[in-house]
Amino acid sequence: MKVLRTPRMERCIGCHSCSLACARLVHKHLSWDTAGIRIVSSGGLSTGFEARSCLACNPAPCAMVCLTGAFSQRKSGGVVVKKNLCICCGECAKACPVGAIYLNPTGEPFVCIHCGRCVPFCPHDCLEIVDVPGKQPTEKNLKGVAS
Amino acid sequence: MIRDHFRVLCVDLSSGRGNVVSLDGRDKEAGGSGLAAILFSKYGLADKPWEDPDQPLIFAIGPLTGYFPLMSKTVCGFKSPYHDQYTESHAGGRSALSLRFADLDALVITGKANKPCCLSVGSRHIELKDAHYLWGMDIQASGKMMRGMSGSSGHRSILRIGPAGENGSAMACINVDTYRHFGRLGAGAVMGGKNLKGVVINGDRSFDLPENKDYPGLFQEVYRELTDTEMMSKYHNLGTAANLESLNKIESLPWRNLKQTSDPAIEGITGKRFADDTLLRNSACSGCPVGCIHVGFVREKFMKENQYLYRQVSYDYEPIFAVGSMLGVTDSFAVLGIMDVVEKIGLDVMSGGVALAWATEALEKGIISEKETLVSLKFGDAGSYKEAFYHLSMGSNDFYRLLAQGTLKAAEHYGGEDFACVLGQEMAGYATGEVFFVAESLGFRHSHLDTGGYSYDQKHKEKDLEKAVNFLVKDEESRVFLTSMASCLFAREVYKEERLADCLQSVGYGALADNMEAVSRHIQKLRWQTRVATGFDPNGVIIPKRFTEVTTWKGPVDEDYLNNLKSEYAKRIIELAKYEGNKR
Repeated sequence: MKVLRTPRMERCIGCHSCSLACARLVHKHLSWDTAGIRIVSSGGLSTGFEARSCLACNPAPCAMVCLTGAFSQRKSGGVVVKKNLCICCGECAKACPVGAIYLNPTGEPFVCIHCGRCVPFCPHDCLEIVDVPGKQPTEKNLKGVAS
Repeated sequence: MIRDHFRVLCVDLSSGRGNVVSLDGRDKEAGGSGLAAILFSKYGLADKPWEDPDQPLIFAIGPLTGYFPLMSKTVCGFKSPYHDQYTESHAGGRSALSLRFADLDALVITGKANKPCCLSVGSRHIELKDAHYLWGMDIQASGKMMRGMSGSSGHRSILRIGPAGENGSAMACINVDTYRHFGRLGAGAVMGGKNLKGVVINGDRSFDLPENKDYPGLFQEVYRELTDTEMMSKYHNLGTAANLESLNKIESLPWRNLKQTSDPAIEGITGKRFADDTLLRNSACSGCPVGCIHVGFVREKFMKENQYLYRQVSYDYEPIFAVGSMLGVTDSFAVLGIMDVVEKIGLDVMSGGVALAWATEALEKGIISEKETLVSLKFGDAGSYKEAFYHLSMGSNDFYRLLAQGTLKAAEHYGGEDFACVLGQEMAGYATGEVFFVAESLGFRHSHLDTGGYSYDQKHKEKDLEKAVNFLVKDEESRVFLTSMASCLFAREVYKEERLADCLQSVGYGALADNMEAVSRHIQKLRWQTRVATGFDPNGVIIPKRFTEVTTWKGPVDEDYLNNLKSEYAKRIIELAKYEGNKR
């Protein structure tokens, strides 16, 4: 299965083409927020840029706190999203350790689904979609996260 | 489209209140330049001076902002402290997308705060904060403070002024997100006059896209052209700095107050030299994959024991011309060192550099003395120029206060008008010949980007008056549509008429797409009418003698051709500014 990685962010010029592509192609939005990848400065524009995107946790803390099944564990890490099951409680965003989930003003979550549609829109090749083996989280790992 | 009319936030700094205004005109004035002009007609006071607190400071974007790549500029409309007439200045950074996602087609700021303040706006937010403690702070420090003060973690644009704007310099810029500027004609002093140190625009809304397949397909096509073809490689590669070498080669680069148009010392300040020695990285305006912003560095030893500090400075062709060749400074790091000072104090680097070039020659000729300049200005002496820029921004004495209002104003007082390199405002870096000199002198915003006059000069040796003037009028007409979108003009080869029509159609602006030619002509007229209503007389423009002494690749400048071009273009502008029942 595929996972989005952001291995070359030091090349990023802050154009937001990746976020705009995700919003446009995945969510049918004009936005730099409602996207699975968002670009922020590292502390002012003179310090370069960071990507806020799903690191494909396995087990995924956001899926573990979702009680409605809107977020469920994806085999290769990250989550499978079923928007129709979401009640916009916002617990997923709170659980994400790296701030990868964006909640819009009504509380709707936006997270990377590792489809890779943003990748060709990066002019500096900062992003890549890589193959990873699909693994189910182990009982031990799940306990570790829960505690 | 988001809506079929303009949504404008008007903020009155005197009362601290704002209101949202809906304004018709999307199919007629489009946005950007057109929108700024109608907003000035609505809120501006043509017969009152620029510093009247009720004068508006306008920031406007276009119908394609955010929808397509390089639709990344904001048009700032204001009555200029430089000539007390209506003008525009354009900048990118994050400003355009922040306005789009703040759900504002324009922000209009009127009134004057009773003490220094910062304005913060967003789609669900407006706040006026006391910022007296930022007054006097430089651009870099105030940007960092405002970033901390704004609190939110979302995407935003931070506009601010430095001491030059606070001190009312007609050369003061508004800095946008550290590396971009509303540079020319003194917008920074308008903010300073309103006690407005900074503006934070939070882009915190999202919009549904049109439900058609045309839009994403068209986006992909435009994006491909911008990134996979050679069309934009000039801007991406060495950037605009590549022009230094080529203009020097064709004897069109102004050197030492335009005493020369070429010099072998170019080796020290070519685009390649900057890239090889000083370039740290590239950066981009939001929504632009080209990344033309070239960021270099300055490094200073501040203690004997090998203790250094460094700062990042963005460079482009025009700043390198203005504080490099024009001041005879031929070392890339020395040029960046001057730019670093200019950035901090919030001056327009082009105006300031050209003004100090005049001051240097005036000092050489004994028209002024060190009593006026306070430092010993010498072409090539970067250290003295750093000090002089500081005096220019602070208005350290009568001389600098007057010079900060414009080189010709100082020259009228002290003498030396013949060698003031002023074409409507301090010249841009193109000594290409008669067409450019006239184009910038009479151009709407006295910018090298009003029309492609510099390019025309490089391609046409013949002196065909009608052909040249027709070119200027038609080229302005097409550019004004682009600046109403509001596109970066670097993308003008990509956004040809047919492509623009497709773009507009794909996001729901069909009526605008069907009527582009008429809309362009209308906005062109509207802008000239607005300018003339505030006092512009194209026949009153003087092109100083120095420009007739220039030799370019075409040979010596032909004074008769220059004067005939000026008269003819002035006539055409007056025609354009006539009302023909097209008043709103």
